[in-house]
Amino acid sequence: MIWNSSAEFFAMGGYGLYVWGSFGVCALAMIVEPFLVKKRHNQILQTLRHQVLAEKLEKETL
Amino acid sequence: MSNRLINWFRFASPHNFYPLAGRMIPVFWTLSALFGIAGLWMGFFVAPTDAQQGEGYRIIFVHVPTSWLSMFIYMVMATWSGIGLSLNARLSSMMAQALAPTGALMAFLSLWTGAFWGKPMWGTWWVWDARLTSELILFFLYLGFMALQASIDDPRRADKAGAIVALVGAVNVPIIYFSVKWWNTLHQGSSINLAKSSMAVTMLWGMLLMALCFWMYSIAMALTRVRTIILERETHTDWVKELPEVKT
Repeated sequence: MIWNSSAEFFAMGGYGLYVWGSFGVCALAMIVEPFLVKKRHNQILQTLRHQVLAEKLEKETL
Repeated sequence: MSNRLINWFRFASPHNFYPLAGRMIPVFWTLSALFGIAGLWMGFFVAPTDAQQGEGYRIIFVHVPTSWLSMFIYMVMATWSGIGLSLNARLSSMMAQALAPTGALMAFLSLWTGAFWGKPMWGTWWVWDARLTSELILFFLYLGFMALQASIDDPRRADKAGAIVALVGAVNVPIIYFSVKWWNTLHQGSSINLAKSSMAVTMLWGMLLMALCFWMYSIAMALTRVRTIILERETHTDWVKELPEVKT
């Protein structure tokens, strides 16, 4: 094992800010991007559901 | 035997590709997670401290993969754009459109992690060096592609205009790649050569595993986004209205 303690691990030999600043932003991006796409997907599904419902109601009233 | 052959052209239609992509996404997420765990473990617990850069070099495990992917995704995007333009294939153009935001994100992460690496090692967040500048141009090309497509209302015309930008911009990718050879740059040369690698084997493995992790992630993201784009563009068709997730 390279690290003697968890504090040493987080300090990254004095480069903590740079190492965690890089890995942290990458991790954040990989969480936010799927979330945004999921939101966009749900939006179009919602629109389609409304459309289908509208067409159904139109047929029933005619 | 003939019915055992898969007709690949079948999947060129959005109608058939939509469910296929849906089944493929979990596979790529799983692969991405597995490669990610292995890569992080290699990168943080197996790879030794660098003789020159101490622990700071560990940024390489995200910097190199994001940089590779930013260039690779651009080439894939340009290829799909080219196919979409020449064969008038709708799904190819949708695929190009689905790749652009993920590619832009990779270019951004490459620049971001590069700045966080440059600061402690070179003493500056940014220099107008050939490698850095050409990578910044790549980021702007992605943004330009996305903005152009978004600004044209007719999707088919947007595809054509976007394809031309993607294809013309592809010339930038070899420039980025060879910039460290062609010009005298502050950015270090490539760490991997076919003949002799300048890195420890465990460092190399960590980097490759992380690159696979980002690669699988990008595929999963592109497939997820292409499904959304398919629905957005096929709103008028009957098959979309017959989907179980829409009918309920």
